[in-house]
Amino acid sequence: MSSTAASAVRSLPVIAALAAGLMGLAILLSLFVAPEDADQGISQRIFYIHVPIALTTYFCFGLGAWKALLLLWRGDERYDLESYVAIHQGTIFGLLTLITGAIWAKASWGVWWTWDSNQLVLFLTLFLFYCAYFMLRFSLEEGARRSRSSAVYALFGVVLIPISFLAIRLAEDFIHPTTFTREGPQMTGTMFTAFCVSWAAVTLLAYVLYRVELTGKRLQSDLRELREALQ
Amino acid sequence: MSYVADVAALTQKDLRVELRARDTLPAMLLFVLATLVVFHFALPEGTGDDAAYGLLWVAIVFTALLGLARAWVPEHEHGVLDGLVLAPCDRSAIWLGKSLATLAFLLAAQAVALPAFVFFFAPLDATAIAGALLADLGICAVGSLMAAMAAAGRARELLLPLLFLPLAIPLVVGGVGAAISPEGGRYLLLLALYDGVFAVLSWASFEYVVTES
Amino acid sequence: MIRALGIEKRYGRRRVLAGIDVVLGREGFLVVTGPNGSGKTTLLRILTGLAAPTRGTLQVGVDRARLGFLAHEPLVYRELTALENLDLFGRLYRVSERRERIGMLLERFGLWEARNERVAAYSRGMTQRLALCRTLLHDPDLLVLDEPYSGLDEQGVKLLDRELGELAGAKSIVVSTHDPARVERLATSRLALT
Repeated sequence: MSSTAASAVRSLPVIAALAAGLMGLAILLSLFVAPEDADQGISQRIFYIHVPIALTTYFCFGLGAWKALLLLWRGDERYDLESYVAIHQGTIFGLLTLITGAIWAKASWGVWWTWDSNQLVLFLTLFLFYCAYFMLRFSLEEGARRSRSSAVYALFGVVLIPISFLAIRLAEDFIHPTTFTREGPQMTGTMFTAFCVSWAAVTLLAYVLYRVELTGKRLQSDLRELREALQ
Repeated sequence: MSYVADVAALTQKDLRVELRARDTLPAMLLFVLATLVVFHFALPEGTGDDAAYGLLWVAIVFTALLGLARAWVPEHEHGVLDGLVLAPCDRSAIWLGKSLATLAFLLAAQAVALPAFVFFFAPLDATAIAGALLADLGICAVGSLMAAMAAAGRARELLLPLLFLPLAIPLVVGGVGAAISPEGGRYLLLLALYDGVFAVLSWASFEYVVTES
Repeated sequence: MIRALGIEKRYGRRRVLAGIDVVLGREGFLVVTGPNGSGKTTLLRILTGLAAPTRGTLQVGVDRARLGFLAHEPLVYRELTALENLDLFGRLYRVSERRERIGMLLERFGLWEARNERVAAYSRGMTQRLALCRTLLHDPDLLVLDEPYSGLDEQGVKLLDRELGELAGAKSIVVSTHDPARVERLATSRLALT
């Protein structure tokens, strides 16, 4: 392994430990320290995990699109794996967003799904889009064709986000009138702190998972190349 | 100006090929009419017009998918796409030529579908038709690119709808909204925005989808 | 004209080409031989730029406008006539005096009578001859021909022999073939793939 790769891997345990610590702190703050919400009660606490996970999903897709742009611009194949892993993480977090969102909806309003929520509908659209990303990758053989098409598709995804959001906002007119908002009450200082810690923790966790998966996949491909060179 | 000449040559080629082969356009026409008939039975008694507009857009999107699935077939017979890619013209011209030809077919299908819809279901005002036209641009621009992506891999008939449908959601919102909302203009703006952004993105990225280096 | 070093091509797990070097001078004639599956087509596609090598460097002295590629497939539209096909490519390649050149080529390869018939109605030999017309239409400086003799009838073989005889020494040519004896006399270098 090159020295830069080695030092990167060395710092990963430090970051992972930090992420774990922040996660613990976030759980502490959101479950025990932050005041209970007057309207929604204990179920409102899901907010502390749901929104950071949603934001992290956007972040992952954005990272994936950025790496995709670099791939097309610089032509370096290494960006393909980085883009793929970022989008993979994004999809997992997207799924978690949908699940935590459903739990929150059930706890707050008694339904598992509501079309009233712009976030959920937007997420569903994106989730479907990025699932198709994986179908695209599975259908193409490894090589320049696959990495380029994947990169273009990843870029389309990130452009789709604001346009879908606009569309869904407009669609409120004729799908359902908005009766609920997801903003919740104004956050007190403690609530805001708990939220920020949680957000930082989830983002860092996503980054750790990204690095772990990327390193794993790189090792896999390096191993395979070595095997073939020895043949 | 040679770019325009290239696009013209390519669009002309696509129209000519379809005129000879005569398989895609008749299929699209029949499909959209048959779908409308099915929808008549799918809608329960007493449903408002609004539901009908929704189903019209489902019909349009799936008819478009039918056309798009066949869009690159002539290029894959005898490997012609390689010949086009090797030519000195800009690769985006290939995409533009194909999109324009697909647009022509979609418009032709709608020229039949929209009057049929008005006849069977509900009236369409100018905003609704403008919405349909704007959405067509988006469908053809994005759809041609997605079809090219899907065509390169296995299971291309399955892959195209998967790639395309999430991208079609804002178009459906725009189209239906233009038809039923009293503030149809906002939806036309959404469609115009979609068209502008995604057409440019498709135009710029087609090169990367059909080349390896 | 061509300088390719250390060319390697992998499709997923399968390694099709490994450590191939190709050097071709301006008037060179390279013959590539090898059994089926040895990667001849892949190598030629890499040389034209249609495929990217997994590893290695490639320098080609011409741009797309001066490159002519005869692929495994004919690269012509089934539903169009010979004339329409060549007209399309003539426009894309900005061939000057397009009509005259097309007429001349069709006549040279014995396709003038069939020029208004759709390619779908052609025999294999005729389609291959049309593909050759398409390849030579824009008078390229570098010709890459993938098994140009395949599918040709007797007349076609004679026509191609004559054509290659005239072009060798004036253009850079790469030919892959199963039957190297045919082009042996013209070859300035050889590459055997395994």
